[in-house]
Amino acid sequence: MSADVIEMIFTGLSGLLIGTGIFFVLAGAVGVIRLPDFYSRTHAAGMTDTLGAELIIVGLIIQSGMSQTSLKLLLVAFFLFITSPTASHAVAHAAHQAGLKPLLGKFRAPHPSELDQSEEPR
Amino acid sequence: MRAGIILLVVLVAYWLTLSGYFDHPILFVTGGLSVLAVVWMCARMQILDEETVPYLHGKTLGYVPWLFTEIVKANMAVVRAVLSPDMEISPTWVKVKMDHETDLGRTIFANSITLTPGTISVDVGEGEILVHALLEDMTDADGFQEMGERVGFSITDPMHGKLLPGKGA
Repeated sequence: MSADVIEMIFTGLSGLLIGTGIFFVLAGAVGVIRLPDFYSRTHAAGMTDTLGAELIIVGLIIQSGMSQTSLKLLLVAFFLFITSPTASHAVAHAAHQAGLKPLLGKFRAPHPSELDQSEEPR
Repeated sequence: MRAGIILLVVLVAYWLTLSGYFDHPILFVTGGLSVLAVVWMCARMQILDEETVPYLHGKTLGYVPWLFTEIVKANMAVVRAVLSPDMEISPTWVKVKMDHETDLGRTIFANSITLTPGTISVDVGEGEILVHALLEDMTDADGFQEMGERVGFSITDPMHGKLLPGKGA
């Protein structure tokens, strides 16, 4: 196989990984807006920096190949892997300590036609 | 002593990764001096123990791929719930039993719960963790049990052969 083909495969693979990562980050952002209460929004925000960020970093590592930059990106991935759950936990724990009660039970997003039109949309 | 040597090696590797210059003697010397200063300070503060330098081995690394597959699976479930028009979720508050006695085990277990999307460890107490879950079927007790056992297995030190409670060995 020629070098061109290999490079093409790597470029495609990294593009695919970065694209998937962006999808998860976007889904996380949508989740933060759509979900009903604080605790459930934390889940969406946490999703953004686990799979989303890690996939983007792996894609960038493939782009930069065997180099110093890859090692540094690996360090970034490692620190993100340790710190992001810690931060999520700290935020949720703070809310719990402050006495914020979670919304429990089944929840279904209301259809726009069911909403009271006189009320401001939340 | 062992912790000091491990810390030294890790710091040298860290310095070389971030610096990347191999042709400037002055950078080597200053880097070496700062590494030695940090190790000396840690020794003086008497924090060179298992907690500062967690001893990681093959079994710990073996836990990571399993955790990654769990993260991917849980991410799919959360994305599906968030992007579906009806967005049917069932937020749940559960107490999860935790058998780990060491701080390292507790930290890894609680962080693993938070890392898998859809579950967040809210409060870590003695022997149990308060978890908030986005979907009710994520609070399956067997799943947490398996994760706890895998954490216990992954941090069991083969040199001391110390098994954590709850392993049934």
